[in-house]
Amino acid sequence: MTDTQQPNPSEMAEVTQARPHRTLLNDAWIRLRRNRLAVAGAIIILIFALGAIFAPLITKYNFAKQDLDSIFLQPSGVHWLGTDELGRDVFARMLYGARTSLAVGIFTQLIVLLIGLPIGAFAGSKGGRVDNLLMRFVDIMYGFPDILLIILLSAVLRGTVFGNMGGGIFVIFLAIGLVAWVNVSRLVRGQILSLKQRDFVTAARAMGGKGTYITMRHLLPNSLGPIIVSITFGVPRAIFTEAALSYIGIGVKPPTPSWGAMIHDGYNVMFTAPHLVIVPAVAIALIMLAFTFLGDGLRDALDPRSRR
Amino acid sequence: MAENVVIEINNLAKYFPITSGLFFKKKVAEVKAVDGVSFAIHRGETLGLVGESGCGKTTVGKCVLQLYRATSGEVIFEGKNLCDLNENQLRPLRRKLQVVFQDPYDSLNPRFTAADIIGEPLQINSDIRGSDFDRRIAELLDIVGLAPYMADRYPHEFSGGQRQRLGVARALALQPEFIVCDEPLSALDVSIQAQIINLLDDLQDKFGIAYLFISHDLSVVRHMSDRVGVMYLGKMMELSERDEIYKSPLHPYTQALLSAVPIPDPAVEEKRKVIVLKGEVPSPINPPSGCVFHPRCPKAFDDCSKLIPQLKDAGSGHEVACLLYKTSWP
Repeated sequence: MTDTQQPNPSEMAEVTQARPHRTLLNDAWIRLRRNRLAVAGAIIILIFALGAIFAPLITKYNFAKQDLDSIFLQPSGVHWLGTDELGRDVFARMLYGARTSLAVGIFTQLIVLLIGLPIGAFAGSKGGRVDNLLMRFVDIMYGFPDILLIILLSAVLRGTVFGNMGGGIFVIFLAIGLVAWVNVSRLVRGQILSLKQRDFVTAARAMGGKGTYITMRHLLPNSLGPIIVSITFGVPRAIFTEAALSYIGIGVKPPTPSWGAMIHDGYNVMFTAPHLVIVPAVAIALIMLAFTFLGDGLRDALDPRSRR
Repeated sequence: MAENVVIEINNLAKYFPITSGLFFKKKVAEVKAVDGVSFAIHRGETLGLVGESGCGKTTVGKCVLQLYRATSGEVIFEGKNLCDLNENQLRPLRRKLQVVFQDPYDSLNPRFTAADIIGEPLQINSDIRGSDFDRRIAELLDIVGLAPYMADRYPHEFSGGQRQRLGVARALALQPEFIVCDEPLSALDVSIQAQIINLLDDLQDKFGIAYLFISHDLSVVRHMSDRVGVMYLGKMMELSERDEIYKSPLHPYTQALLSAVPIPDPAVEEKRKVIVLKGEVPSPINPPSGCVFHPRCPKAFDDCSKLIPQLKDAGSGHEVACLLYKTSWP
């Protein structure tokens, strides 16, 4: 018989040359770094994040401090981005507004993950009637217009204990999170359903692996890529939703700054003091673009088919 | 003889329901993927299972391993009927029944290293950990002809043949008595196929493992098997010693199958008579009455559409289910 002890030498050599030893995540990280748009997105997000965290060190102005002697000032050396109708420093408000936006983006996605992931994973791995029931509920949620549901939810939540937490920002987290989880749960379920058909899962069952073991070791780790991407795209959506809510006046409570609320306040004087609208609008556009670029980059990087 | 039997399959059937309706799933039809198949496999023996796509070969393999729960019938292993056991009762037996899959790209978790993959059965079924674990991994890699330094590589860093070797190593990890090889070669190049065939052969000699070797490649089955079963539309048509079946096939379907194998000798190949079957394989949702093969059979007669032939010994252990032979009459 032939060599069962010795592998074919040419076959081995070919593989060792073909590709240096890397893990999948390593590989994804390298590909992400090569993607310029994604890197640019990450840098923009980092700048905003640092600005939000170190806001008190960057600007000496308080976001709530009114100075009625100097309202509607144009951008200058004293007030970098001018002042608003109450004489508050726009730059300071933009920085502190980044806190609101980033917090909304991150915490809503955390809630989304906390609800959507287990429900999707449960429905997908159990299957049958449980799956059917959960997914019909998701379908019903899906059928409602998102923004309407969020508005209704935040109106309801305002009356509860959450109403006054963090200037109303907690209500926003919950309202958006409680609506947006359906996307993730659908995604997770779909991933798990398709992974369940793969032979390596069958092999794990054939060697006696239990249901939870298979879900935790095989199904969830392999659906991580699409989940990360979905969450990354979810952040700008949540930021945008918060801006929209604040714009129509049911978002965070004044004087806590929010980019949406800033646009709302500046809207009336748009033609005399355009910077009041332009600054927060540019900030929203930048952060959304940044997250979208990063999400695109992550999707490409985590897709095993694009591996080189 | 009977003491040597590793696993025995009696009258196995698997019907997949076709349902409709939103909440209350109504069964509207059934796909009779496997319908009354029986055979036994002896220690250290290879039973080849051949047949065209969709004839139920893979379903038989999965039912034997209880990856599909059979609709009816028995799978007897160590004196127990596996079909009667629940998942918890099955778990201790599963380690002795393993599987090698067709597609080595699909059967290995892309996030596991080679050591994780081979070690998974040990993690689940044994207490072997630490340095003993590492030693066992190195040993298994060596058995299937891979180098120890490959242990922390990922599947995408291996070639197709090497991946299939990993699949074999994983199946071997728990020293099983029986392995279902579900078309383990059909995703591989011919040169790699030869390597894996030899590997499987050597392992059988070394460890006395019994194989259920599922394939549609008649030449490979001829090389690998001690006995061969021929399936058509969920039923076993013929079951016999390898040489017996290849030299003197009794069933018209087997004769047609074998006549389609090319002969690597132009002079003989020219004279080869191919029996071309008419029509297509009927749907297993609504199989033909009587003998399922009768609409396509060149030798069919009236009774073939009425009577169901039985798989019976037609002399010297050559079992066949065809009304041309008296033994098959019900």
